[in-house]
Amino acid sequence: MASQPLVEPHGHGAPHHAPLAHQFDTLEQQKESSTLGMWLFLVTEIMFFGGLFLAYVVYRSQYPAAFSAASHSLDVLLGGINTAVLIGSSLTMALAIWAAQVNWRKGIVIFLLATIALGSVFLGIKAVEYTDKFKHHHVPGASFHFEDPRVQPEHAEIFFSLYFIMTGLHATHMVIGIGVLAVLAILSWKGKYSAEYYNPLEMAGLYWHFVDIVWIFLFPLLYLLGAHAR
Amino acid sequence: MSTSAVAESPVVPGPETAYERPNYLNAVYGVRSWLLTRDHKRIAILYLISVTIFFALGSLFAALVRLELLTPEGDLMGPDTYNRVFTMHGVVMVFFFLIPAIPAVLGNFLVPLMIGAKDLAMPKLNLASWYVYNIGAAFTLWAIANGGVDTGWTFYTPFSTNYSNTYVISTALGVFVAGFSSIFTGLNFIVTIHRMRAPGLTWFRLPLFIWSHYATSLIIVLGTPVIAITILLVAAERLLHLGVFDPRLGGDPILFQHLFWFYSHPAVYIMILPAMGVISELVAAFARKRVFGYRFVAFASVGIAVLGFLVWGHHMFVSGQSIYAATIFSVLSMLVAVPSAIKVFNWTATLYEGSISYQTPMLYALGFIGLFTIGGLTGVMIATLGIDVHVHDTYFIVAHFHYIMVGGTIMAYMGGLHYWWPKISGKLYPGFLSRLSALLVFVGFNLTFAPQFILGYLGMPRRYWSYPPEFQVLNVLSTAGASILGVGYVLPLFYFIWSMRYGKRSGDNPWGAVGLEWDTPSPPPTENFYTTPVVTHGPYEYNREEVHNRMTTEATLG
Repeated sequence: MASQPLVEPHGHGAPHHAPLAHQFDTLEQQKESSTLGMWLFLVTEIMFFGGLFLAYVVYRSQYPAAFSAASHSLDVLLGGINTAVLIGSSLTMALAIWAAQVNWRKGIVIFLLATIALGSVFLGIKAVEYTDKFKHHHVPGASFHFEDPRVQPEHAEIFFSLYFIMTGLHATHMVIGIGVLAVLAILSWKGKYSAEYYNPLEMAGLYWHFVDIVWIFLFPLLYLLGAHAR
Repeated sequence: MSTSAVAESPVVPGPETAYERPNYLNAVYGVRSWLLTRDHKRIAILYLISVTIFFALGSLFAALVRLELLTPEGDLMGPDTYNRVFTMHGVVMVFFFLIPAIPAVLGNFLVPLMIGAKDLAMPKLNLASWYVYNIGAAFTLWAIANGGVDTGWTFYTPFSTNYSNTYVISTALGVFVAGFSSIFTGLNFIVTIHRMRAPGLTWFRLPLFIWSHYATSLIIVLGTPVIAITILLVAAERLLHLGVFDPRLGGDPILFQHLFWFYSHPAVYIMILPAMGVISELVAAFARKRVFGYRFVAFASVGIAVLGFLVWGHHMFVSGQSIYAATIFSVLSMLVAVPSAIKVFNWTATLYEGSISYQTPMLYALGFIGLFTIGGLTGVMIATLGIDVHVHDTYFIVAHFHYIMVGGTIMAYMGGLHYWWPKISGKLYPGFLSRLSALLVFVGFNLTFAPQFILGYLGMPRRYWSYPPEFQVLNVLSTAGASILGVGYVLPLFYFIWSMRYGKRSGDNPWGAVGLEWDTPSPPPTENFYTTPVVTHGPYEYNREEVHNRMTTEATLG
């Protein structure tokens, strides 16, 4: 804050219900800090998923035929619907923040609930897909079974291991996101957020969009790549 | 960095009144006030207690290792027990002591003070990081209580995933969870250093301690998530039989090593960079001089952080990596010597024509410079492919990284604790005893690890419970050194605790040092500064007149 003169503890124009934490001098400083913190957190998330993407790239280049064959057992239609659902949820999330900016309290709650609903639809469809994998013995482990004369089933097992870990961690992030949005929906209902102060909404929005983007990468890698091969 | 604000505020009373004023220690009382605190200084104390317990635990395992190696035969324990003991030594020391020690204790206490802030940017996250650390520690302690792990601290697959019959999952989860505590700390530091600096405190007026913590935080934020996912994959492979590294499925154990060392090599810099920051402060304070080549030292920290991410392959020279990859990793590893040497030369140049006083912290700092240099130079040796193939997995490697981690990080940690203890506690500790302990640590350390260079070069492999009889003399020397080292580490524990109750009051600035942290009372008030300081010049201005006058009038430690 080198350039900024430090002023009295409460910044100008701050609404009374806008909480300024004790360590900050101004609301602006507080907002800048949480935004930077959130972006840094997203950087850690990129590195976290990055390890998985690296593993995927390594094995895909080693066993392209097996990955293509295993990829074919996934339901592109369900995956496609889920992609649309998630992109829709990003829209409603953005609309929730817009509602806060125009001071439309009811709108915040409606759009947050819509985001939660779409997120739940995504998880529901994912559960259907998982069940299907269990039925076809495509879950790695003792009962794993994969029938394709052209590829070694073990290599397909690596694909399914990565599939479950990547989509499983993504789904875990969705569950956490839905939990956070639920809390924010309640707080919004109580009128905590307004055009002057909606920082937590914006932070949750960043997180939600990030989780969407992870899926935007997962969908082609797991469902689409190699589809033309057959 | 003195401040113009301090002069007109009522904040410069003498040492006698220091304790009557409310400070962070006596502002509120009770266990609850500590466990729910958001004060970075109190959280630093909580961390100090936690990491001290884990340092003691890790040292206990080290003692068992050294006892077993006193004789060539396995008379204290068999190979299985020995495997667990050295693994637990590594896991506890690396993940629960060395990585958090300086950032979470000294960094937590000092970063806001040094930049003139009231607290870190995210105090709740800071407290959460301490709880998360303890949750991770609990997982690991549970594994230890049930018999431990035998994979080595590196968790190499497929042994860790398919064959080991020990508590790998619990330990791995412990490391996974503890990783989040360092991410929280690193993220908090970056945001704080960017957004919370006092007016006038530009980047090149920051103390080098802050620069090194900034560089460390970058490594933490970029590296730790990778070990998190790697360890999660190991746990998933053991628990759910998802095979990512499993050779039976065509999985690649070398991929695990790449992912593991992508974090765990930079983790070495997570340990040493904050230590370097401490040394810059100590050398300036006890040579009464500005750090020579300030900008070079600052950028060297960032340089080490960047280069540190490009050298992980030097752990895998004999793992079946291609010779081209190995050659490139070898060259890049040697490049790390450049910024490291910049630091060593600049500290030495700072000492030149300085008014050096050999107070306890300075003894540790001088010890650090010598030991780190030995550790660094042997590092260049083993970055050379031919030498590495010869000494790989021998005691030469063990000696090398202990010179960096113990001779470097722990020396600096002890030096920093001794330097800022009057700031933390407001009390003085016994001068003679503390100097004696610094000397014991230095002598004990060298006696422990110098023979291990020779042992390794002669071919004694690491991680074995027994060895050929001709290696015994050097092993006895090493064990004898370890016991001296142990005494050197135990003494400060006693006199620090003693000083809290019986020590003389230190006054606000017993060393006559400069820096924002010395411009506020010792111990500082909860809000750190009565008036937000305004910074008008760079750090280490020991040649300024007012600073010089203060130095000559203030008492120094005996």
